[in-house]
Amino acid sequence: MSIKRKAYIAGAYEHPGRELPDTSIPQIHAEVAIGALADAGLSLSDVDGYFSGGDAPGLGGLAMADYLGLRVRYMDSSDMGGSVYLSHVGHAAAAIAAGKCNVALVTLGGRPRTTKLRAPGQLMGSPPESDYEPIFGMNVSAVYAMAAARHMHEFGTTSEQLAEIKVAASVHAQYNEHALLRNVVTVADVVNSPFVSSPLHRLDCCVVTDGGGALVLVSPEIARRLDRHCVAVLGHGEAIEHTAGGFQDITVTGAVRSGADAFAEAGVRPGDIDYAGIYDSFTITVLLALEDLGFCAKGEGGKFVLDGALHAPHGRLPFNTDGGSLCNNHPANRGGMTKIIEAVRQLRGEAHPAVQVPNCELALAHGTGGWLSTRMGNATLVLGREDA
Amino acid sequence: MTVESQSLPAPAPEVTPEGAPFWAATADGRLTLQQCAACGRHVWYPRYVCPHCHSTQLEWVEASGRGTVYSFTLTTRGILDYAGCGPYVLALVELAEGPKMMTNLVGVDTSTLSIGDEVQVVFADTGQGNALPRFRPLAEP
Ligand SMILES: [Zn+2]
Repeated sequence: MSIKRKAYIAGAYEHPGRELPDTSIPQIHAEVAIGALADAGLSLSDVDGYFSGGDAPGLGGLAMADYLGLRVRYMDSSDMGGSVYLSHVGHAAAAIAAGKCNVALVTLGGRPRTTKLRAPGQLMGSPPESDYEPIFGMNVSAVYAMAAARHMHEFGTTSEQLAEIKVAASVHAQYNEHALLRNVVTVADVVNSPFVSSPLHRLDCCVVTDGGGALVLVSPEIARRLDRHCVAVLGHGEAIEHTAGGFQDITVTGAVRSGADAFAEAGVRPGDIDYAGIYDSFTITVLLALEDLGFCAKGEGGKFVLDGALHAPHGRLPFNTDGGSLCNNHPANRGGMTKIIEAVRQLRGEAHPAVQVPNCELALAHGTGGWLSTRMGNATLVLGREDA
Repeated sequence: MTVESQSLPAPAPEVTPEGAPFWAATADGRLTLQQCAACGRHVWYPRYVCPHCHSTQLEWVEASGRGTVYSFTLTTRGILDYAGCGPYVLALVELAEGPKMMTNLVGVDTSTLSIGDEVQVVFADTGQGNALPRFRPLAEP
């Protein structure tokens, strides 16, 4: 059974805060939940399905369902890092299609900027690889950097090409009053910024922010009743990539499979997409996704991003028009939620006028979670501006 | 710059049942790997089931200790034991037997280091009865 047009995104809300020292994490989840429900014209008492990721405090979603006073008959607290919110939209649509719930709430909230970061080992418990990778000083930027280094070696990709991705994000961020970084940067600014993990420079990396976001999905029947322009879920795919017993290719991501599944379910092709929200923890994350989603051939990502291809409103593939995680926000160290929210804004015609894609009918949102090239969640959504 | 092994921490692993033979061999300066008796492929890291064919017939074999640099980064972002140890090279070394192993490169000049360089294993004593396998440039014969 396909989820195509079986559920609609009726509400979306992004927390405006980027530094929230005086707000608790549960309160952030509550603020964004109320915000997204208000956007849809609904309230917490309407919610009967709840979806949360590893950022939600407590055991799965139990504590937050209690805090919010939800009457939940369907819950999913699966986790795939920052990609899970895209996955949750697919899961929520499937649950709605199966009659398991009618109003599904998806929340994300966190405060990595104003609280001490937890080390990954602590965050994930004691995973089986813990005695074979962290003991060598594995860290997030280093694994993405190794993918970038290998991509450069195999395909001739350059630091200047990666920098074009940051430049496009910064051009968009100047119009977002909430963006943490609003200065337009140049390719030279990026490649002259200090290395974090070679070949990735500081400006190749996303920002660390507090904040969050939420989405509300509803059945077609409810979507028709609401006084709100809704967004159709047309396709969803997800895929896990891993080290394959030591035989991994770190230049390829699970977007090959998650993207293909999402496009097939939606019945569209990459060339049909008007706007793309693409997970951008690092510039290389975007480049790999563009290739693996089929916007260009493998190895051609560096050439694809040149000539303003990613710039809104008139580039070949306008992306991350809120400034993305590279410039706007990356709440809870997880950028998947905001990729969906900006895609919803684009489809509703509610993006900033300077970056609104004209006649935006079809959008893609893609997430990459976990550790690139080791244990990596990938999830892709195709969304459409279609009434129920 | 050149990162020498002695400037890096050598945190001791928590030895799990699957990994005990591997860590015991490191105490003798030997690099070992699991090889699947069913499909013949090597497996890294140690585990109970073959991730290639799902057989549980995994056997320990001695590795050559040689490999090539598959990718590497000079990182300044050390966390946990590596916080504050200064820049170091994290790498994936493609072992002669096939699997890629996350490790550190030591004794390499980072200004001339390249993907594809040949390397050989060296061991850093953890002081807890085992040693971390790191890699340095292959010595000329
Ligand atoms: Zn096997």
